[in-house]
Amino acid sequence: MSILLDSDTRVVVQGIGSQGTFHARRNADYGTKVVAGTHPKRGGSTWAELSVPVYTGVADAVAKEGANTSMIMVPAPFAADAILEAADAGVDLIVCITEGIPLHDMARVYNTLYPRRDDGSFTREGRPVLVGPNCPGLISPGKANVGIIPGEITRPGNVGLVSRSGTLTYQIMYELAAAGVGISTCVGIGGDPIIGTNFLDVIPRFVADPETEAIVFVGEIGGTEEQRVGEWIAQHAPDTPVVAYIAGYTAPPGKQMGHAGAIVREGGGGGETAADKKTALEALGIAVGTNPTETADLMIARLAG
Amino acid sequence: MEYQGKDVFRQIGVPTTPQGRVARSAEEAEAFAAAFGVPVMVKAQVLTGGRGKAGGVKYCADAAAARAAAESILGLDIKGHVVALVLVEPASDIDAEFYLSLLHDRVSKGYKVIASVEGGIEIEQVARDTPDKVVQHDIDPTKGLDLAAARDVIASAGLPQEAAALLVTLYEGFVATDATLFEVNPLIRTKDGRIIALDAKVSIDGNALFRHPDLAALDSSDDGDSLEAQAKAQGLQYVKLDGDVGVLGNGAGLVMSTLDVVSQAGGRAADFLDVGGGADAEKMTEALSLVLSDPQVRCVLVNIFGGITRGEEVAKGVLAALERLGDIPQRLVVRIDGTNAEEGRRILTEADHPAVVPAAKMLEAAQQAVALAGKGSAA
Repeated sequence: MSILLDSDTRVVVQGIGSQGTFHARRNADYGTKVVAGTHPKRGGSTWAELSVPVYTGVADAVAKEGANTSMIMVPAPFAADAILEAADAGVDLIVCITEGIPLHDMARVYNTLYPRRDDGSFTREGRPVLVGPNCPGLISPGKANVGIIPGEITRPGNVGLVSRSGTLTYQIMYELAAAGVGISTCVGIGGDPIIGTNFLDVIPRFVADPETEAIVFVGEIGGTEEQRVGEWIAQHAPDTPVVAYIAGYTAPPGKQMGHAGAIVREGGGGGETAADKKTALEALGIAVGTNPTETADLMIARLAG
Repeated sequence: MEYQGKDVFRQIGVPTTPQGRVARSAEEAEAFAAAFGVPVMVKAQVLTGGRGKAGGVKYCADAAAARAAAESILGLDIKGHVVALVLVEPASDIDAEFYLSLLHDRVSKGYKVIASVEGGIEIEQVARDTPDKVVQHDIDPTKGLDLAAARDVIASAGLPQEAAALLVTLYEGFVATDATLFEVNPLIRTKDGRIIALDAKVSIDGNALFRHPDLAALDSSDDGDSLEAQAKAQGLQYVKLDGDVGVLGNGAGLVMSTLDVVSQAGGRAADFLDVGGGADAEKMTEALSLVLSDPQVRCVLVNIFGGITRGEEVAKGVLAALERLGDIPQRLVVRIDGTNAEEGRRILTEADHPAVVPAAKMLEAAQQAVALAGKGSAA
């Protein structure tokens, strides 16, 4: 098994311009079932590079091609509507690669997808899973690849990987693969302040997945989500081997380090620095690497021991 | 800056101080104050808080006082920001000071109101010293904030009831302008009973500027670091740091991690630069010349993970960039990993470029770069 993505995944692509076509073609070459594209004006035509139909909307791709997953590659000004359209059409998984979506748009999208309860929690049950935006996508090696993760750097296996960063994740997957360690599913959740799927929406799925034996999670400065992950693991899955890596030990406060969410607020609440996160996780019994190589080595050692 | 924030407030209808004027010299400040003909405030315009404590805000009874105040404030260093502009505006008679802000909150995935009866001091300090005086209220973006809800927040925080209408106006403007932060500190009641914003801190979401071309000026700062401003214009993610090892790589996480590894190798990074995907010759040239234009840089660490962009393309990009840049005094430690990394390193080794030191592992690359930076740029 794997999580979220497997050989039954059927992908409709929203945004079939040059980037969308390039990556959809790579995903299809990997073996992913890309079944349709959407375009507001080209409905009824064929997406030549993929040899699949183009529909005006996601609903048609669901009804006629059995699409259950959407990959969104439309420009940022249109991405919020694209996400809501995919949700309305009834797909199970929405993977939004688009970066630069306005924060107000994502706040509205998140609260629409996952209606807020009176106690401040969100209704996720029965709702589609949104991964991203501003993320590299997901891969279940050997089964399906949706997004821009280079499939050739990894191999099938039993480590679940979840990360806020793209290239950093590739680096760790690549080092694990070099040591013969493969991946069940890798989920790139994205580096924006508001993302559809956070660590704690993924990790319980890994724990429940019989094929996933160990978990690597890659966080960074900003927010305190990583600490909540540590607490959840300590409480619910203390026997699962988990290794973490946090990027940004040397990031100065008040500066945004590339990702919109990667910022240690000046004078802000504690726990947002990489060192704070590492200390908190280690206190909960989770090994934390200080760089990608050490992180991969820690995982390799845990699996060997 | 404050004067820009107040312009936004005026546009969205939030009551604030009478329109002031921005002066670049003491003479200008004096002339503006004389034209107002009433007591004025002279206020440092910088992108940081704590201006009052640093001596950057002064009450001036007349034009001569305004001149003296501007003289002392212009050129002042406030938390690393040198004051180049002062706002001169008619002074307000303060009866009471409060705190009110609206912001994006990643935890609640919506917006948050923060209100306090303690105004004029940093809210973080109030939250530490007297947390019961800070009231927070989450807003669901799909529902918004109506007057009834605003009244509840204002009442529970102990602010005057009239502030509720201002909060609703503030909220509507916050959404309409794609703001990420509206901070009013202080919000005041004047002696004649009006509720107005005495200060305005406004941040607009850079990703939403396509909807607000008129607000783009807020995004560029007069006192910004020039290299950072240049990078922004080129669409590169660049943050200036204070070390001597120039760093560039692809992917925000990988670059952040590279800074960490440089530090673990005993060095200090001079910058954070994410060249993004691709890393072709053109992008690499732009990125390298930006990093090298920092005079503190004594060595550059290029850290690229080849994914879809293969190792040999990265290597060719680096070599082509060096050809375009001509002779440079600094050495480049180039570390390529990932898809076809060996092929990439082979190309670099065979090219035998005098400035390039190929490397395979991140930590080794960082150690080499730190050692080269220590030797200086005359390599």
